[in-house]
Amino acid sequence: MSGKAQTIEQVREFTDDSYKYGFVTDVEVDTAPKGLNEDIIRFISAKKDEPEWLLDSRLKAYRHWLTMPEPEWQKPKFPAIDYQDSYYYSAPKSVGDGPQSLEDVDPELLKTYEKLGIPLFEQERLAGVAVDAVFDSVSVATTFKHKLEEVGVIFCPISEAVKRCPELIRKYMGSVVPYTDNKHACLNSAVFTDGSFVYIPKGVKCPMELSTYFRINAENTGQFERTLIIAEEGSYVSYLEGCTAPMRDENQLHAAIVELIALDDAEIKYSTVQNWYPGDAEGNGGIYNFVTKRGACRGRNSKISWTQVETGSAITWKYPSCILQGDNSVGEFYSIAITNHHQQADTGTKMIHLGKNTTSRIISKGISAGKSDQTYRGLVRMGPKAEGARNYSQCDSLLVGDKCGAHTVPYIESKNKSSVVEHEATTSKINEDQLFYLRQRGINEEAAVALVVNGFCREVLQQLPMEFAVEAQKLVGISLEGSVG
Amino acid sequence: MRNMVNLTQPYVDQFDAVKERLPGAQLPWLEARRVAGLARFKTVGLPTVKMENWKYTRLPNLDEPGFRLATWDDGHVAVAGVPAFFSDQTALVRLVYVNGIIHPELSQLDQLPDGVSVEPIAQVLETDPGFIEQHMGTEAVAYDQGFAALNAAMMESGTVFRVATGVVINQPIEIVYLNGGTAEPIYRHPRNLFVLESGSQATLVKRHAGISAGAYFNNAVTEIVVGDGAILRHYTIQADCLEALHLSSVHVRVGRDATYENFNLAIGGRLSRTETRVRLEGRGSHCNLSGAYLMKASEHCDNTTVIEHLVPDTTAREVFKGVLNDEARGVFQGKLIVHKDAQRTDGYQMSRALLLSNRAEMDTKPELEIYADDVKCSHGSTTGQIDETALFYLRSRGIPEALARNLLIQSFIAEALEEISDLRVREAMAHQVIHWLPAQCYFAEEWKQP
Repeated sequence: MSGKAQTIEQVREFTDDSYKYGFVTDVEVDTAPKGLNEDIIRFISAKKDEPEWLLDSRLKAYRHWLTMPEPEWQKPKFPAIDYQDSYYYSAPKSVGDGPQSLEDVDPELLKTYEKLGIPLFEQERLAGVAVDAVFDSVSVATTFKHKLEEVGVIFCPISEAVKRCPELIRKYMGSVVPYTDNKHACLNSAVFTDGSFVYIPKGVKCPMELSTYFRINAENTGQFERTLIIAEEGSYVSYLEGCTAPMRDENQLHAAIVELIALDDAEIKYSTVQNWYPGDAEGNGGIYNFVTKRGACRGRNSKISWTQVETGSAITWKYPSCILQGDNSVGEFYSIAITNHHQQADTGTKMIHLGKNTTSRIISKGISAGKSDQTYRGLVRMGPKAEGARNYSQCDSLLVGDKCGAHTVPYIESKNKSSVVEHEATTSKINEDQLFYLRQRGINEEAAVALVVNGFCREVLQQLPMEFAVEAQKLVGISLEGSVG
Repeated sequence: MRNMVNLTQPYVDQFDAVKERLPGAQLPWLEARRVAGLARFKTVGLPTVKMENWKYTRLPNLDEPGFRLATWDDGHVAVAGVPAFFSDQTALVRLVYVNGIIHPELSQLDQLPDGVSVEPIAQVLETDPGFIEQHMGTEAVAYDQGFAALNAAMMESGTVFRVATGVVINQPIEIVYLNGGTAEPIYRHPRNLFVLESGSQATLVKRHAGISAGAYFNNAVTEIVVGDGAILRHYTIQADCLEALHLSSVHVRVGRDATYENFNLAIGGRLSRTETRVRLEGRGSHCNLSGAYLMKASEHCDNTTVIEHLVPDTTAREVFKGVLNDEARGVFQGKLIVHKDAQRTDGYQMSRALLLSNRAEMDTKPELEIYADDVKCSHGSTTGQIDETALFYLRSRGIPEALARNLLIQSFIAEALEEISDLRVREAMAHQVIHWLPAQCYFAEEWKQP
């Protein structure tokens, strides 16, 4: 208690000082003290040299956050989060902090990299090894940047975007996920430290797949990441988040926000592979991944497609959604969620049909193994004006072992007669005949299970961009290790 | 915001006022249960849309029509007759209640075979209270809903149906509840108990109908025990009037190799909600919960089901079909729970709705909650309108549009009716459906015979 009081006192001293001199002074402290209060938020904002309006919106969110109760409706159960017990700002780690070479890295991690077939220099990067500054990946990123600038695409950290194009940020940030949306999104609105910003100008088809992994300054985007993607009229972008390899990460709570905006005839394809630390086989530790992802198809004929492969985190709790406002707009959700050991996942999507002739498609594949618990939770809502709207949902669950759970909770609301909603769900165990067939051809049990599960998920795997898909297939197998026998 | 105490208080006061006159008032165990029920009601409160289970069903303001508790006099309002269901003397026995009071002159009880009894609960509380103490209010009824708990406190009428070990009756037993027809709106808390001893078989048809257009509020709880190897076919026709509120919760326990079949046809009522909870407690047990609902005007129909597979080798099947016209609203919430070790469970659930109007609304929430791996569970749900191509096909054969629409609605509902294994009941139900259809063309005899 006295430690906490001391911390608060320190912050107060510090911020009071800052007030005296204004926030422009170069502060030498790199890490804000533990805890969350208005001063910490001012500190973050000052560190990032943010305009007044952004600080105001952060504070507004924070004050609202204080009034919000903890959500209780979800299936995953976890001990209450002590928000005062974490750091909300720490400057990017300097090169010297990480392991000095691959020899210092946990051999388990390296084994996984090897199975995924990740090149050596990438392994170093992922494990946080101090890589020589002029090494390969940086030059890749530079060529990348030139190409994008040529066509007018803006792809930069969101804190940079706040300075480069404040009008876009003011117009769109928080317009899809308002700070009042839910407790974790609200927290993010108050304390987000960084994330990606993408702007695709009118009529431009983004020449390459954008990936957080190759973005300059991608390191340490932190636990409160904020992503905003705007696709102007007639544009197209494919965005990849995360990577198949497990990343070194010290934060337990991740509360990110992703907002997508597609205007007339625009298309956004958002793919995620999430493989954060799930905790050990006994269920100790692991990341809480509480993310609010939502896309708005604002324009006519626009399209937003979410694809996700969720294999990591102790708890995954997210619902990438589409608000189909524009007539003829299309929303898609393809998901694979694999839980093993003591992992819990509560994931799904929301398709809100508002415009005429809007269509949506949901394909969700859940695989539970070990003692894990998994829930698909989804909403399809046909508004009274969504004439001729169409939805098809399919949720399949596969159970591996008799200690796991698989649950399906779809909400289907139809408010007009011309819309058609179809939902199908199945739950079954892994097919013994298929396993037997593979086993008698000399394939060991674990590999056989991986093969059958890959077949079970193929509809979703096909949606992934090529380079992701190959790794994701391997990842499916690796995630299920230790679930048989 | 109105607080919970204020909302529940009138009911609590009412209980204090009438508790002396409730049936079985002389029984200490019953009084204890009534008091416990009331306490539970006070904690749980009235259902609101904030409760997950009541998300899609909002209760109207119950203070507004000023419901009062039904009295003995209400049981003697003028009744023109009992609306027909079976075309002939299909029913073996018929019990007719008017606002909770049995009317022997409308009933027909003389053919009751040995080992079968159908009696008002108040009567059984006098003659055989031990039987009720044993079977009623067991843990199977969790009273997690305010109204079920209120029923535990206030229950005043209802039927006890018993079939002794090994007795098989093929002909349906019909229980008719006529409600309303009173000057002021009344409410009642009927409590039914159906117990089938092992190896017995029976068919029960329960019908609810309004006497006149006035408002009334029924808050029923039914408990059913299907013994080992027994079969109960339990059919309900709910044809309440446009002003009626009908809440009903049904709690069923199914024993080893036993079968419970339930079909609920809802064709009227301002707000009706049937919550059926089945516990498959014995190996090899099976249940079929199905239903059809046809709603018009601003009627609201909610079918909520929970099936729990507690032991290995149990099967369940659900088929619900609904037709919604005007501003009607349909709700289907179906939950299948497969408990740990309930291996080789087979569960199937289907909910389909047809919207005839742009103001109609359908909300569906089929849920699977599974903790065992060797299972086969699936659910499906669709909501849509009448198939335009099918309509065009019929019209191209010279069938007038209104009739063609009716034919398509009929065939849509027929798929649910096929779940009814008793053919006499199925036919009578189909007839009820035809009568619901827009009147100008439902008969169309000329289309039956070329």
